[in-house]
Amino acid sequence: MRTVTFRDALREAIREEMARDERVFIMGEDIAGYGGTYAVTKGLIEEFGEKRVRDTPLAEEIFTGAGIGAALMGLRPIVEIMTINFSLLASDQIINSAAKMRYMFGGQPAVPIVFRMTVGGGAQRGAQHSQMLESFYAHIPGLKVAIPATPYDAKGMLKSAIRDPNPVLFFEHELLYNVKGEIPDEGEEYTLPLDRGDIKREGQHVTILSFSRMVHVCLQAAEDLAKEGIEAEVIDLRSVRPIDIDLILDSVKKTNRVVVAEEGWKYYGTGQGLSALIYEHGFDYLDAPIQHIAGADVPMPYSKPLERLAVPRKEDVVNAARRIVPAALVRG
Amino acid sequence: MAISNATLAGLTRAQLLEMHYKMALLRRFEEKSAEEYTRGKIGGFMHLYIGQEAVGVGCITPLRRDDKVLASYREHGHALLKGMTPNEVMAELFGKVDGCSKGKGGSMHMWSNEVGMFGGNGIVAAQLPIATGIALAAQYEGRDEVTMVFFGDGAVDEGAFHESLNLASLWKLPVIFVCENNQYSMGMAVEKAWAVDSLLPRAAAHGVPAEQVDGMDVLKVYEAATRAVEHTRSGKGPVLLEIKTYRFRGHSMTDPTYYRTREEAEEWRTTRDPIGIFEKHLLEAGQAAQSDFEENDAKAIQVAEEAAEFAENSAFPEPEELYTDIMVDDSTALSYRYER
Repeated sequence: MRTVTFRDALREAIREEMARDERVFIMGEDIAGYGGTYAVTKGLIEEFGEKRVRDTPLAEEIFTGAGIGAALMGLRPIVEIMTINFSLLASDQIINSAAKMRYMFGGQPAVPIVFRMTVGGGAQRGAQHSQMLESFYAHIPGLKVAIPATPYDAKGMLKSAIRDPNPVLFFEHELLYNVKGEIPDEGEEYTLPLDRGDIKREGQHVTILSFSRMVHVCLQAAEDLAKEGIEAEVIDLRSVRPIDIDLILDSVKKTNRVVVAEEGWKYYGTGQGLSALIYEHGFDYLDAPIQHIAGADVPMPYSKPLERLAVPRKEDVVNAARRIVPAALVRG
Repeated sequence: MAISNATLAGLTRAQLLEMHYKMALLRRFEEKSAEEYTRGKIGGFMHLYIGQEAVGVGCITPLRRDDKVLASYREHGHALLKGMTPNEVMAELFGKVDGCSKGKGGSMHMWSNEVGMFGGNGIVAAQLPIATGIALAAQYEGRDEVTMVFFGDGAVDEGAFHESLNLASLWKLPVIFVCENNQYSMGMAVEKAWAVDSLLPRAAAHGVPAEQVDGMDVLKVYEAATRAVEHTRSGKGPVLLEIKTYRFRGHSMTDPTYYRTREEAEEWRTTRDPIGIFEKHLLEAGQAAQSDFEENDAKAIQVAEEAAEFAENSAFPEPEELYTDIMVDDSTALSYRYER
């Protein structure tokens, strides 16, 4: 094993898949000469040339739609849409074309494409550049939505996404790019499924469900809880469509208590969807109401102290767990 | 009457009569579709191609089988012209399992991998970026196919039109943009929607060569399309054709056409009918006799009738079809295992 950043892990995945399969190419804004807004694609242009590393005009709808067209013909495009905020300009192509074409054309076409984009806030980017919005796309049948939290998962899942015959949205939290983690040595090939969550920490008192950057916050919260004798099981969803409901329910059956923690807005999002699924399929296993920690229900403010209030903190997760784990249970 | 050996637009008599048959087929197929819609056999939105036949026939005739066609929601005709069978198109309109899309698509979603007909798109202008990408794939893999994408005069007001022309021009992609300017985007008259009354400046702005063509004269359309295909196939990049035409029916089956006068539509139908104009050319050139037209028309009526019969006799999809074809691996459910 070796330690790399989330950013380097993503780049390795892209480079390996491009070397492996001539049909794989990448396009987007400033991915070649500039090296990528978040430097994920740095160096790829030197290695693979302009045909396979394509800078596009600043026009999300065309390069998204063109990627879909190329995928229909059997190529394996990776489309980098800089940030999820800008993907809204291309959301018609993602939702009305990529997600629906196979179904509405009776199973004839396939759309093997990956849309990579940055999500999330916390870097003082202001309201229009600090959104999660993963649930917006996770709502849509016909799409897969991957949202890893660690370099290991990011590399293995991106490689799978590129090989997947379906349209996959791949969400990278801006504040994760510099996060380091262990991945297998170079030359040690691995991929990870796009439909499985991962238990990042085992525990028996409470299940904490999370994804993306919030997984790291929850792991820190679990450390604090452990000092009080509360053993939290932290589950990283890794994908929000499809969702690994069995892994979640198995954990709920064990702990009987759930905290859902996400950075995005509370209402009508991933956390509420998850909570509803748990109530629907696991109600009898619950000993307490599900606690839902989410971002403040406001457009993201710029000012640092305000922004801190808008993004859930470790303490919020700790307090939520404390509310539903009785002291008697911990002592027992 | 004597049959001349002279050719029109370099086409043989057999080719000319084939084009005439196709125009008749498109007309009769749509008339049959309208009838079945009225009978309640076809639901939803349905947009007829009647009046615009010369555009499809003139443009698609010069294409090869391995070339690709994309169109808007008014695409029954393009599907037939690219080589899809009247049966599979009509069965799709009926929502039957023998439809090209197994009845899951409907009037706006005709597709065939086999003949390279890639939709049918219900979102105005959404087919332009996709067509541009299909052309990109041909260039990427070094194939000399061209992609021809049809859209209406409303689509050019979408940003996707400009974004597509720019990228296709920038990367010299083998795509032909065909605007079927039928004068109205739904009920919006083109002169009320366009600040400039021609597409040529918009094409020029993106460095795309363009031509305006009389869309009621199939030979003029054919000649312009042939030039466009040659240009594009030779690697010189995209071309735009603005083809002026007129739809004789409403925007869709439910359109009462309040926005235009009865007289205007009647004038086009009686003096500018593309089938009538073509027949006049053929007669004047001594390339065909009235009996040829009658024979073609009778055959077209019969094929349309047979398609409707085929569609009627085809089964509706089984309930299990509801949950197939969402993902390639049929992992349709939101949750990975639990809901299966």
